[in-house]
Amino acid sequence: MSNKMKSKTVQLSHGGGGKEMNALIQDIFFSEFHNPILNSEEDAALLNLSGETAFTTDSFTVAPIFFAGGDIGKLAVAGTVNDLAMMGAEPQYLSCSFIIEEGFEVAKLKTIVASMRQEMAKSGTRIVCGDTKVVPKGCADGLFINTSGVGRILHKGISVKNIQQGDAILVSRDIGRHGAAILMAREALSLESELTSDCANLWPVIEQLIAANIEIHAMRDATRGGLAAVLNEWAVASNVGIKVEESAIPICDEVKGLCELYGFEAHDLANEGTFIIALPQEIAAGALEIMQRYGHCENAAIIGTVTDEHLGKVVIKTPWGSNRYLDLPHGELLPRIC
Amino acid sequence: MLALKSLYQGFRDPKTIAKLAEMIAIEAAKCSEPINIMEVCGGHTHTIMKYGLNQLLPENIKFIHGPGCPVCIMPKERIDHAATLASQPNVILVTLGDMIRVPGSKGSLAEFRSKGCDIRPIYDPLDTLTIATDNPDKTVIFFAIGFETSTPMTAVLLEQAEKRNIDNLLFHINHVLVPPAMDAVMADPRATVNAFIGPAHVSVISGAKVYRPAVDNYHMPVVVSGFEPVDVMESILRITKQKAQGVAELDVQYSRAVTEEGNLAAQEKNEHFFEIREDFRWRGLGPIPNSALKLRPQYAHRDAELIYADRLPVKEIDDHKACQCGDILRGLANPKDCKVFGRGCTPESPLGSCMVSSEGACNAYYRYNGV
Repeated sequence: MSNKMKSKTVQLSHGGGGKEMNALIQDIFFSEFHNPILNSEEDAALLNLSGETAFTTDSFTVAPIFFAGGDIGKLAVAGTVNDLAMMGAEPQYLSCSFIIEEGFEVAKLKTIVASMRQEMAKSGTRIVCGDTKVVPKGCADGLFINTSGVGRILHKGISVKNIQQGDAILVSRDIGRHGAAILMAREALSLESELTSDCANLWPVIEQLIAANIEIHAMRDATRGGLAAVLNEWAVASNVGIKVEESAIPICDEVKGLCELYGFEAHDLANEGTFIIALPQEIAAGALEIMQRYGHCENAAIIGTVTDEHLGKVVIKTPWGSNRYLDLPHGELLPRIC
Repeated sequence: MLALKSLYQGFRDPKTIAKLAEMIAIEAAKCSEPINIMEVCGGHTHTIMKYGLNQLLPENIKFIHGPGCPVCIMPKERIDHAATLASQPNVILVTLGDMIRVPGSKGSLAEFRSKGCDIRPIYDPLDTLTIATDNPDKTVIFFAIGFETSTPMTAVLLEQAEKRNIDNLLFHINHVLVPPAMDAVMADPRATVNAFIGPAHVSVISGAKVYRPAVDNYHMPVVVSGFEPVDVMESILRITKQKAQGVAELDVQYSRAVTEEGNLAAQEKNEHFFEIREDFRWRGLGPIPNSALKLRPQYAHRDAELIYADRLPVKEIDDHKACQCGDILRGLANPKDCKVFGRGCTPESPLGSCMVSSEGACNAYYRYNGV
């Protein structure tokens, strides 16, 4: 039986459970993802887990599917790996489900699957089970991917509820790149720049922080909702006030430019390889030094402190001394009118 | 190469802002009566609240946040027009950003979009040309909103549609004018406004001269201001100086782009395509005569308001009785005085105009104030 994909586009028959589906799975997915657990092709993967385990899931529907600095495949692996890393867990096993719109180009699918493999190599994770569905034209926007992941906890006690008075708040790099890159790539804004998404695997840097025995109170990657959403969630969950220095927040020129032009706020924009961390003030400088060894974290900065004022709120201080609440972003991101 | 930072950092320089605050305090101390400045434009409200400029001022200077947000002042029946148009078969409704969030009587345009209506928020009105040429079998309706600032863009869009014979592009015009709104605020004998910050981008188009009648009629300072924190602080200083000296003049702080006469080419285009509408109902302020524009009769073939007249609702819809937007816009009440502020009325489900967009006074208070 030939297991080569002959068609240039994915057809409904590729989701039919028969010969074509086998060809799709073998030629595209198994050829990149192969490992003993996946290759066993049982109804469920058998895993040996020990100790406290983190488990997470995420669905990826990004449009456009290919963007400056990554694609939906890289995002689907990095996103779930990062969710595990943020709990202090070493990412181990992933599941992966594809929902493919009829007519999707096979060449694009291969590129996406290859970038998933590359991304997995960075954290030593493996896809051990998966599913493929093909839906009729118009029922999905090209390709949706869901990944779930499990990982072994190496640093216990990281929690949104664990933030302490006096903690320092650090951000791992300049904020807003992924959201800005996606907005620029969308037709409606027709803007060109050198900007790339921050999409990245965070486990290597987290692994080093844990190895250095850095005491982490809370840690979260600032995905949708950006920095503003993470800090607000923390302030409420730990019932603390968070005070941020506006001038300390790193923002690159391209993101700043987009925000100035269209009336967005960088702290509302999504990130896909940027994390926020709360830890004791006295070890903040040491943690910063470790983070800055990594290329994508060279702009890491201490941006604020945890206080007992304005409990449940985030206050941002301007360079001239006035204060305002940093609110949760709401509604869809729309450019201003004038 | 010119860095982005060099474009704005001078206008956000902490030392300059601190010095301006100091100078304002010195001048304000010379004034015997409180200075109640209306910043007409929502863009200025946003600058003041976002950068916390109000916290830097002495107690005798207060802001009254004006009616200058094109989304906030749109009455519900006009939003219902947009929703009705979007619900017609084969129609694509195109409008600017924020407009799709605001609820009409039957929901917001975003909700209508989720029901299957083809509604597209854009940033550049000229993108509508592409939408119209890409969809020759559809009727594309541009739901035009905005003050003097954005009117020329609609005029150019219309001009291009005519020139290129793009017949499937129609317009629903909701362009409004700043000076009549200022008059409406001052018409209330209880109004406490005694100085204006005029929006500079309006004057880039219409010239500083549009504010001259306000200076003459109400004998109060009008300073045409830019939108950066230093611009606004400098404008407040200029107002305070006038108040200290007891004079009332038209002053242009945004001299880097505003002239007395404005952009004559843009004014000519506006004049060519639009005429004054006798009456327009403003959300919060009610009907204001001669305060809006409509298409000239020779462009009736592009006027969705006429073409779909038999389907567009005519009933006027008032805001909730408890809503105090009218008083807030006149400076008679503060957002926090309103019984429904932050309770029945929030940015997610606004009852009145001032809570609607990030440029509305109540919305800005809800988001930023109270630190």
